Amino acid sequence: MTVEALIFFVAAALALGGAAGVVLARNPVHCALLLVVTLVAVAIFFLLQEAQLVAAVQIIVYAGAIVVLFLFVIMLLGVDQEESLKDPIPYQRPAAVALGAILLAEIFVLAGRTWATGASSTRGSVHGAVGGRDLGNVQRVARVLFTDFLWAFELTAVLLVIAVVGAVVLARRSGQRAQLDEHEQAIEEQITQAELSEASEDAAYLGDGERPSEEPQVTP
Amino acid sequence: MSAAALEITPNYYLVVGALLFTIGAVGLLLRRNVLVMFMCVELMLNAANVTFVTFSRALNDIGGQVIVFFTLVVAAAEVAVGLAIIVAIFRRRRGATADDVHLLRG
Repeated sequence: MTVEALIFFVAAALALGGAAGVVLARNPVHCALLLVVTLVAVAIFFLLQEAQLVAAVQIIVYAGAIVVLFLFVIMLLGVDQEESLKDPIPYQRPAAVALGAILLAEIFVLAGRTWATGASSTRGSVHGAVGGRDLGNVQRVARVLFTDFLWAFELTAVLLVIAVVGAVVLARRSGQRAQLDEHEQAIEEQITQAELSEASEDAAYLGDGERPSEEPQVTP
Repeated sequence: MSAAALEITPNYYLVVGALLFTIGAVGLLLRRNVLVMFMCVELMLNAANVTFVTFSRALNDIGGQVIVFFTLVVAAAEVAVGLAIIVAIFRRRRGATADDVHLLRG
């Protein structure tokens, strides 16, 4: 067995095991950590396939930013309690597994057909010399990203700005809630005072993963 | 299987990509915790990325790797907005399951 094959099978086992763990683990924190395992395994796939820059970006953006964001939200919202096993829709689980099996079969059947992929691209090659020089992976990607995909690249800037603005707007209190704010502030003050008087019990609350404050249900 | 001559063809990667995608899709249908459903979407995006990079090498076309960047950007934007929506929902009602959010149900 070649070294590449060995690394591939280890990474494949990690990727599929981590993915199965994400689906099966009851605690969302465990899900997030198992997601990291899968993401690192996918980064190893990228390294095996001469995509070094993408592998590095995968680790930095996914494991470094996205999963940390997930963990922050899990911790902030205190939703790290386990999910109930009650099934609100009857036969949801068997139906989901059956649909997944159908999807997999569909992918394999369709992939087995002959596909016309069009002319081989003239954009740039993954390996081999370009214009008499042997470029690195970063240079190859940059060359294409800033020429053929320049318009799309600029559009991603717009997309990111929209996402940031959207996230900020959503995270702010909405206009409808503004009128409730006074009432809420009064309640929050009461809660803060109650908390101060019960400061010694905080550790127990945190251990439960529950928030000490019980915010009233706000009906629109 | 002869031990010495096992070569990893693109098909191996494509099969792993298909399996990852299926696991993500099944997870999306199975789980009711919205955060875990989001993670399953990430799994599906990653499966697509694996396929892109595999074809990038198989066809010797760097375009596949560039597309992965755009997928990453879309995933990052989606997570930022999606988590903000989840936080906004959690402000109103306590509960981690998608079934709790049925205000618009007909």
